[in-house]
Amino acid sequence: MARAITQQRKVINTAAAWAVGLLIFFPILWTILTSFKTEAQAIADPPIFLGFDWTLENYTAVLERSNYGRFLWNSIIIAGGSTFLGILIAVPAAWSMAFVPSKRTKDILLWMLSTKMLPAVGVLYPIYLICIQFGILDSKIALVFILMLINLPIIVWMLYTYFKEIPAEILEAARMDGASLKEEVLYVLTPMAIPGIASTILLNVILAWNEAFWTLNLTAAKAAPLTAFIASYSSPEGLFYAKLSAASTMAIAPILILGWFSQKQLVSGLTFGAVK
Amino acid sequence: MATHHSRSAARLMMAPAVVLLLGWMLVPLTMTLYFSFKKYLPLRGGDLGWVGFDNYVRFVSSSAFWPSVMTTLTIVGGVLLITIIFGVLLAILLNQPMWGQGFVRILVIAPFFVMPTVSALVWKNMFMDPNYGLLAHLWEFFGAQPVEWLSQASLTSIVMIVSWQWLPFATLILLTAIQSLDSEQLEAAEMDGAPALKRFAFITLPHLGRAITVVLLIQTIFLLSIFAEIFVTTGGAFGTKTLTYLIFQRVLESQNVGLGSAGGVYAIILANIVAIFLMRIVGKNLDK
Repeated sequence: MARAITQQRKVINTAAAWAVGLLIFFPILWTILTSFKTEAQAIADPPIFLGFDWTLENYTAVLERSNYGRFLWNSIIIAGGSTFLGILIAVPAAWSMAFVPSKRTKDILLWMLSTKMLPAVGVLYPIYLICIQFGILDSKIALVFILMLINLPIIVWMLYTYFKEIPAEILEAARMDGASLKEEVLYVLTPMAIPGIASTILLNVILAWNEAFWTLNLTAAKAAPLTAFIASYSSPEGLFYAKLSAASTMAIAPILILGWFSQKQLVSGLTFGAVK
Repeated sequence: MATHHSRSAARLMMAPAVVLLLGWMLVPLTMTLYFSFKKYLPLRGGDLGWVGFDNYVRFVSSSAFWPSVMTTLTIVGGVLLITIIFGVLLAILLNQPMWGQGFVRILVIAPFFVMPTVSALVWKNMFMDPNYGLLAHLWEFFGAQPVEWLSQASLTSIVMIVSWQWLPFATLILLTAIQSLDSEQLEAAEMDGAPALKRFAFITLPHLGRAITVVLLIQTIFLLSIFAEIFVTTGGAFGTKTLTYLIFQRVLESQNVGLGSAGGVYAIILANIVAIFLMRIVGKNLDK
């Protein structure tokens, strides 16, 4: 009897969870579906869910209308570059905070996070001027640096949380066995730190890929990434739902796939170790 | 354990990050402060000299100021409320035994990976459009008059879009926390005859306190500065002008840098008030 009840409850839970999951996912699903419709079918009344003539014409149209490859390349360079630079600077910092903590370590960490609260718009014009001064307005270099700086606090925090979980006893044991500092770092610490570093990299790539304040305000024709590519669809020209959907799908697909593969690590990293 | 030598090495390793962030904070901040005391119109004469606190007074006395602060707080508060309430409910649901939990997680987290410009445009056109949007079809199906979401219910619409983007994050953090809850405690309470609502209020909710704090902190950091969602939907019209957006308009659209900079200083003050409040909670929570 009790078994039957739990079985029944499991069915209800499953149905409810799937329904809610599909509801949340629906806007993305609908966008992907619409990208394969003709413009007329995209606005059909009543809406067509699956029974339409699948076509790739929107993708061809989007590729013709704008240089998708260049936007994609800019996104990759900006997200990848800022992450790489950020990791390079944050690893030593987080490392020393985790293994040689001082009284001020926590204050420094909180201060770093507080810089993240500095509203970007408050410093928009100064940054704009600095970029003009150095001749790097509308350049990938400027965005690599700026996105690195705005995400640096989060990178340091995440790495710090991961590094702190590496037990100090293991290091001592290695030292006792006569490992030099170099060997200790290379063979003991690094292998244990790699999963943490990997998920930090992933999260940072996602944040940088989707950043839409600096990328919209500091780029024009040359350095604009996919966020700007999509924003160019905000003023409609005739029938455009299917094309908008195709462009949207092309902009989110790379990061959606990357995110799905790494969702577990992402969540644990984002809580800064405060939730287990 | 830590020798003098390793301490100075540690300081050296921290230096690049600290120096860069300090520079990132101080240089633009100083410049913003400098401009905020000047009449500075890049396209109409450039630097027109010092004006004292003129910009500060003008920015606050502009009729757009207080509404923009209210809009900002409404959006942040509304989104926090929705994502935390639904996040807790969803986390409880997803924690129940079921088939295909991994798949449901994939569906639920997806919106988090969608860039703000895309989600805003998709919602604006394909869902909230009063003629062709899916919501309009749905309303018509039930015989109701379609809503012109982004003009009639503009603030609600923005809160809906942003909540959709952040619900996955809240849900997954709360789910992680709920999974660490000792199920024996809940079973014992159930055996003792505690009703479901009481079990939730006295066991589950207190256990989630810390996770809720984290959600609150991280989301507030990101929500205070939302920009793209407004930029591509209403462009600040229909009462959706946040403080961020107002300053953006002053600086880039009307090219009044002095006035915009004074606004920037106000935004920084507002953010700091929120930050001090949040840092206290988080700092305390991290000590445990």
